[in-house]
Amino acid sequence: MSIALEHYLILATVLFSIGLYGALAKRSAIVILMSIELMLNAVNIAMIAFSRYIVPLMLTGQVFAIFIIVVAAAEAAVGLAITMAIYRRRETIDTTEINLMKW
Amino acid sequence: MPYQLIWLIFFLPVISFAIISLFIRPLVKAESKVAGYITITALFGCLGLSIWTLVTVMGSPHHELDVPQISWIVINGFPFNVGIMVDSLTAVMLVVVSTVSLMVQIYSQGYMHGDPGYHRYYAWMSLFTASMLGLVMASSLLFAFIFWEMVGLCSYLLIGFWFHKPSAADAAKKAFIVTRLGDFGFMAGILLLYKTTGTLDIAELHHLAITGALAGTTLTWAAIGIFAGAAGKSAQFPLHVWLPDAMEGPTPVSALIHAATMVAAGVFLVARTLPLFVNSIEAMTTVAIIGGFTAIFAASMGLVMTDIKRVIAYSTISQLGYMMLGLGAAGLGLIHQGHITLEAAKAAAAIGIFHLFNHAFFKALLFLGAGSVNHATGTFDMRLMGGLRKVMPWTYATFLIGSLSLAGIWPLAGFWSKDEILISAMENQPFLFVLVMITVFMTAFYIFRVVFMTFAGEYRGGSPEAHDAHPHESPLVMVAPMVVLAILAVVAGLWNVTGHFGAFMGHGETKGFVEGFFGIFTHGLPWISLVLAGSGILLAYAMYSARWISPERIGAMFKPFYTLFFRKYWFDELYENVFVKTALLKGLFAGFEVIDRDGVDGAVNGVANTAVATGRTIRRAQTGQLQLYGLIMGIGIVVIVLAIYYLA
Repeated sequence: MSIALEHYLILATVLFSIGLYGALAKRSAIVILMSIELMLNAVNIAMIAFSRYIVPLMLTGQVFAIFIIVVAAAEAAVGLAITMAIYRRRETIDTTEINLMKW
Repeated sequence: MPYQLIWLIFFLPVISFAIISLFIRPLVKAESKVAGYITITALFGCLGLSIWTLVTVMGSPHHELDVPQISWIVINGFPFNVGIMVDSLTAVMLVVVSTVSLMVQIYSQGYMHGDPGYHRYYAWMSLFTASMLGLVMASSLLFAFIFWEMVGLCSYLLIGFWFHKPSAADAAKKAFIVTRLGDFGFMAGILLLYKTTGTLDIAELHHLAITGALAGTTLTWAAIGIFAGAAGKSAQFPLHVWLPDAMEGPTPVSALIHAATMVAAGVFLVARTLPLFVNSIEAMTTVAIIGGFTAIFAASMGLVMTDIKRVIAYSTISQLGYMMLGLGAAGLGLIHQGHITLEAAKAAAAIGIFHLFNHAFFKALLFLGAGSVNHATGTFDMRLMGGLRKVMPWTYATFLIGSLSLAGIWPLAGFWSKDEILISAMENQPFLFVLVMITVFMTAFYIFRVVFMTFAGEYRGGSPEAHDAHPHESPLVMVAPMVVLAILAVVAGLWNVTGHFGAFMGHGETKGFVEGFFGIFTHGLPWISLVLAGSGILLAYAMYSARWISPERIGAMFKPFYTLFFRKYWFDELYENVFVKTALLKGLFAGFEVIDRDGVDGAVNGVANTAVATGRTIRRAQTGQLQLYGLIMGIGIVVIVLAIYYLA
């Protein structure tokens, strides 16, 4: 059984769903950041799979994936820095308790 | 005469007003007398042209000049024309207004000398004269109304001339508001006439009323509306309350506006529209009754006033009542006679207008005399005067002539016109006739009470604040106009001795001078009125000069009446407390306040409150929980995807 496009897409869907669930359901800011990374990487897998199977002579999807990796790295750095700063002030990273700006 | 010159009668004082207010007042210092000279020059021109107009009108057929009209604006195909109407009534009024105005302006050179508002005074006096001349010449009711309001405005400005005095400012407001009530009726009458006939041209309205095209209830209401305006301007009951207070203005203003011209404008207006009135017996009766009642009503208050100007003011109201009665009685006589023609309707105005003509001269004279006395003593309170006969012989002589004329002593002006009104009233309104016969007695009494209190006996010191305790005769510039007016107060009545005034106004029989001059005594009525006037003078002499009868004892004997008259029948209190404070402030305006607070404000606040309440409710959806937003967004995407998948 050769590995087809569907298999990559199923993997990407599963990873994205796990990430989405984590981002929506978890309270810890660290876990939410990790979940977002999962979703981004699921997208990367889907991009490269499409590129590889549909337009094999072009590198469009790969280039996109590299961009996404760069943005994700930056996002992770900024997100973790904010999380650190909040933890230092509030002694918590529970998102439900970080509600100063709420009405 | 060329008709352009008739326009000039109106424009001369307008030019004078413009020059004074635009150039003289900003540029020339207040001590200069140049504003007065400009006004006097303009009015000399007016007087000359007015007399020329009068002579021309006398010599023209139907006593009417044809002046082409100028189209002003056209609304819905209906032209509003600017025009002047020159008939005998206009010509007489032009001469009255320009004569009295000229005399008053000359007098004012002395009276207003040194007043800080000197230029302002002459500017407004010019504007007033222009408006008044415009009013008497207006050929359409629209323009009559415009000038009507302008004289009202000038009256307001000049009553409140010394506006830093609260009493003057209040009196000005009172005059403006009270006359406005009457003007509302005038305007309603104009609108009603326009709606019914589609024209406001006075000559056309006359024609429509005489031919019967304009008749019935519409005509009655229109006429009563016009009369309401006239009653406000002429201070007829129940709108009489403003005129006595208007005496707060400078005395020459009272002489010109509140004695001779503007207050007579009401009488003029009724005379001008008399062809409308004589086709409605209800309106004509209203005029007669209000006039006759006002005559005795105002005279009764004049009996007890101690302020010289107020006595003369009540006298003015009373005499204006006579004029209204004269118009009303003559009009009713015409109605009973049947056959109404335009000529006859115009002739019916002759009696009232003749009294207006004579009254203008002797009443302006009396006011100028009061001003002269005030100039000498510094007060208007007659209790502080007395004995001025010796020191002010010219003022005394002219004032006496004016008083005799007002009392109706033969052969002065007042006698001739008043007797005609009495005769007309006797024939047409017996009850009102009795009232005005009593008024003849009262008139003679109150005016000679003034004469004796002011000029007879010993000097009682004048104003406590007066700078010089020695009263003196006024300067020539003040005495000369009084002398001129005194001559007119003697001779003006002779115009109708021969019946020529009546013939000039419409038609009428004329007779020889000697026959008219002495023949009047073949009737009984002049004897009765002379006896009544004589006994009034005698009673005043007995009480205030010879002191055979103590005025205080008489006052105590008739205490209720004295109080009633002295408090002016409590009309000021009635209007102030019942109408203004209770009916308006507590009733109508309180209702407005409820509407404003609960209705208007309620609607505005309600909209705002609804918005706030809605926001408070739906802001709960904005939890600030990003995860919740994300969940909803995710569900939304899933729903959309599924929808597209299954529906497409």
